[in-house]
Amino acid sequence: MSQSYNRGLIEDFGRWREFSAGMWAWIFHKFTGWVLVGYLFTHIAVLSTALTGAAAYTETIQTLESLLVVRLLEVGLLAVAVFHILNGLRLLLVDLGVGLHAQDKSFYASLALTGAIVVASVPTFVAGVF
Amino acid sequence: MAEHYSSFERGGRRWLWQRLTAAFLVVVLAFHFFLLHFVHHADEVTFAMSSARMEQWTYYSLMILFLVTATFHGVNGVYNALVNQGLSGTKKTAVKWTLVAASVLLVVQGVRTANVWAGISLLPF
Repeated sequence: MSQSYNRGLIEDFGRWREFSAGMWAWIFHKFTGWVLVGYLFTHIAVLSTALTGAAAYTETIQTLESLLVVRLLEVGLLAVAVFHILNGLRLLLVDLGVGLHAQDKSFYASLALTGAIVVASVPTFVAGVF
Repeated sequence: MAEHYSSFERGGRRWLWQRLTAAFLVVVLAFHFFLLHFVHHADEVTFAMSSARMEQWTYYSLMILFLVTATFHGVNGVYNALVNQGLSGTKKTAVKWTLVAASVLLVVQGVRTANVWAGISLLPF
């Protein structure tokens, strides 16, 4: 006789205390994906100032880059992008059946590597703003 | 028993395209970040520098492909996430075509901007 396991709604965020590493990876991938797609539209909107003229574009970018809050947001964007890339690689491997037994460890490795890359990049990202 | 929603369609190809674009974007997004934040610095950006890069057809075509694949991957990801949350029926159709329209606008606007830098005037607007 076959048995079924009622795992409930996997999208039920109210059960976050029960989530395993794979579930957190799924949530972080979804969250970073939403941020990146939102940024994509914002990015094209800002770059579109080039349509109004060379001076307008250069002034817009240089004004934005002179603001500390923009630099900090860029560090956040880097964190989001690096995690999405590393966890995306992990997902591609999982889809191919590679390293399934270590999918929780590869999630922790993605987090740790993201943290290391972001911390190492902070000096470059805030250079010249102070 | 709890309901289970899935954006996966048997016989569909969107899941494959999501993964193919992912493999491409992993490389190109990393390149984009590295080039524009580490090789060049964001606060040094000028129209002339962007233009000099975009006037090379290899860079221009890579950026256009980057725009199209990122738009597909991002918007398809949003659609899948909403379907996985239980979006269905008329709302699903409305969201689908809204996302298609937003994607077309984004790609057209991105190509127009790239063309200004590259000095190309293909589009009549």
